[in-house]
Amino acid sequence: MSQPAVPLIQTKGLKKYFKVRGGLLHAVDDVNITIPERKTLGVVGESGCGKTTLGRAIIRLLEPTSGEVLFKGENVLKYNRGKMRDARKKMQIIFQDPYSSINPRMSVSEIIAEFMIVNKTCENRKAALQRTVKLMDTVGLARRYANVYPHELDGGRRQRIGIARALSLSPEFIVCDEPVSALDVSIQAQILNLLMDLQDELGLTYMFITHDLSVVKHISDEIVVMYLGHVVEQASSNELFENPFHPYTKALLSAIPEPDIEMRNMPITVIKGEVTSPINPGSGCRFAARCDYVMDICKRETPVFSEHKPDHYVSCWKLHSNMKG
Amino acid sequence: MSENLLTVKNLSVEYRTDLETVKAVNNISFTLNRGETLGLVGETGAGKTTTALALMRLLPEYTGRIPNGEIIFDEKNLVTASDAEMRMIRGGRIAMIFQDPMTSLNPVMSVGDQISEALEFHNELKRNKEEIGKRVDEVLNMVGIPPGRKYDYPHQFSGGMKQRVVIAMALACEPDLLIADEPTTALDVTIQAQVINMIRELRDRLGTAMIMITHDLGIVAQTCDNVAVMYAGELIEVGTAADIYKSGDHHPYTAGLFGSIPNLKTRSRRLTPIPGLMPDMSNLPPGCSFSPRCPNRNELCETTRSSIYRNGTHAVNCRLFDGRGRWIKEEKAQ
Repeated sequence: MSQPAVPLIQTKGLKKYFKVRGGLLHAVDDVNITIPERKTLGVVGESGCGKTTLGRAIIRLLEPTSGEVLFKGENVLKYNRGKMRDARKKMQIIFQDPYSSINPRMSVSEIIAEFMIVNKTCENRKAALQRTVKLMDTVGLARRYANVYPHELDGGRRQRIGIARALSLSPEFIVCDEPVSALDVSIQAQILNLLMDLQDELGLTYMFITHDLSVVKHISDEIVVMYLGHVVEQASSNELFENPFHPYTKALLSAIPEPDIEMRNMPITVIKGEVTSPINPGSGCRFAARCDYVMDICKRETPVFSEHKPDHYVSCWKLHSNMKG
Repeated sequence: MSENLLTVKNLSVEYRTDLETVKAVNNISFTLNRGETLGLVGETGAGKTTTALALMRLLPEYTGRIPNGEIIFDEKNLVTASDAEMRMIRGGRIAMIFQDPMTSLNPVMSVGDQISEALEFHNELKRNKEEIGKRVDEVLNMVGIPPGRKYDYPHQFSGGMKQRVVIAMALACEPDLLIADEPTTALDVTIQAQVINMIRELRDRLGTAMIMITHDLGIVAQTCDNVAVMYAGELIEVGTAADIYKSGDHHPYTAGLFGSIPNLKTRSRRLTPIPGLMPDMSNLPPGCSFSPRCPNRNELCETTRSSIYRNGTHAVNCRLFDGRGRWIKEEKAQ
């Protein structure tokens, strides 16, 4: 991927292992992703595939085990505390659960203003609160909610608080960790529209983590599919949905129940079994145990992540051997 | 097979507390034939689960009330049935799959014991211990769990497997009616596909009638014969799957729901969400309950309720359909 300009976010061989009883849990294993400025990278996968860990490792909420995270070409993992604090103003996160990610004992305006006060980005408290009002307008929260507490609000409005808080330090990059999965469809659509409008207005770059494939297609420019810590496929949003190559991606796409009754009698292609344990996974393709096209090599060696088609990367021995042959 | 199994007539459910009365379900009516599947669609708080609990008579004892309405299940009115009668029907003839498989199993009982518990209680075939054991193996096989695992406890199973156990429990007594309350919401897509395939297959093989409660229009399209859309405790649109997915005539709320889901086939830059929020159920607007959010409302909508308009199998509770082609106004009894 030869971007002429330096991409906003780039990871090189990023790994995050957790020590657990029984060995090392490979949550994120050798992930290389690139997010150009003002674009959205969608990260999809099932629960436990390492999407959230990846998002948190990139903004160093979790310290990666090894690898590099480049923000505008600089490795943020080398930053000391003070420098990281400055860098983090530019990198924010919106959490999955709008119920547990905000402090129930602070009012809405206090929650939104807190980051600005802590980071001293505003001259004084008053300026911070003034900016809070502006932020509330931006995310579509009525001003009358400024002094209410989170429990008085519904999920959609709480998620708007989370968004306003993430915007308060004028970030360039936001990790959106399943921001809509706890919301009802009609509210989900409101929040997705808001995120897309904000991206256009403020020139934001998103990493959008979700398990909902229709949402990820809607919002992303580029999508990576993760399976047990590995990126198995990467392509532009349309390309991925039109020509999925990896057997896992194919299964994932065909598993979505479509709101169309003509498809109702079509058998859903089902992957057999369930996700295997990410603890000490050993070598070989991690999807091999569930794959219909498994070959000998799949169980022995980890497949190479290679460009199968221009700008469409897959990590699968089957496709690799087809290409050679 | 199309003989009537369940008829719900003008059913209402209220939750009464000292402070307020929440009208969770308001005058809903629908019918279900043997072997058919009805999809009950709506957002959180629309009254879907309350309807299911009312059918099972599992409403909270002190706050939940059924002020009016009838639930005729196989010619018996469940609203007035005694507790003893209800105990025999519940679990035996009407079974329910609850939303969260993680919390609907007993953590200190082995999975096999939990399944045989229902079989022992509803033992109409006078099975002995051995036969019950055999039946447990049979239902576990049916949902794709090796019978050898019946001695395991729920924490030893993954989410998808637990949901299968719950389904096995529900189907063990071969109920006439299965109520599935968001059976796949807590599961990943690939596991969801496995579970839906299984539910579909078992339903077709056993001829069980089913009420599928969900907010996912995709799942409804894949599984249901008939669809009822619920909003603020009312059924605002009822029809066959073809009426809902094909006809293009919709209640503005249903249209809004379809506009809110990102489409996988066409690329649209913006979604068209429904503005605003669901009304407070303890203080419903006097007119149409959707009117505060409706893009097509007029003054009448805000003050008076609409009649039901019917076109063959398709019924919509919205006055926009007044005088439209083949839509016939239905006079309401009250």
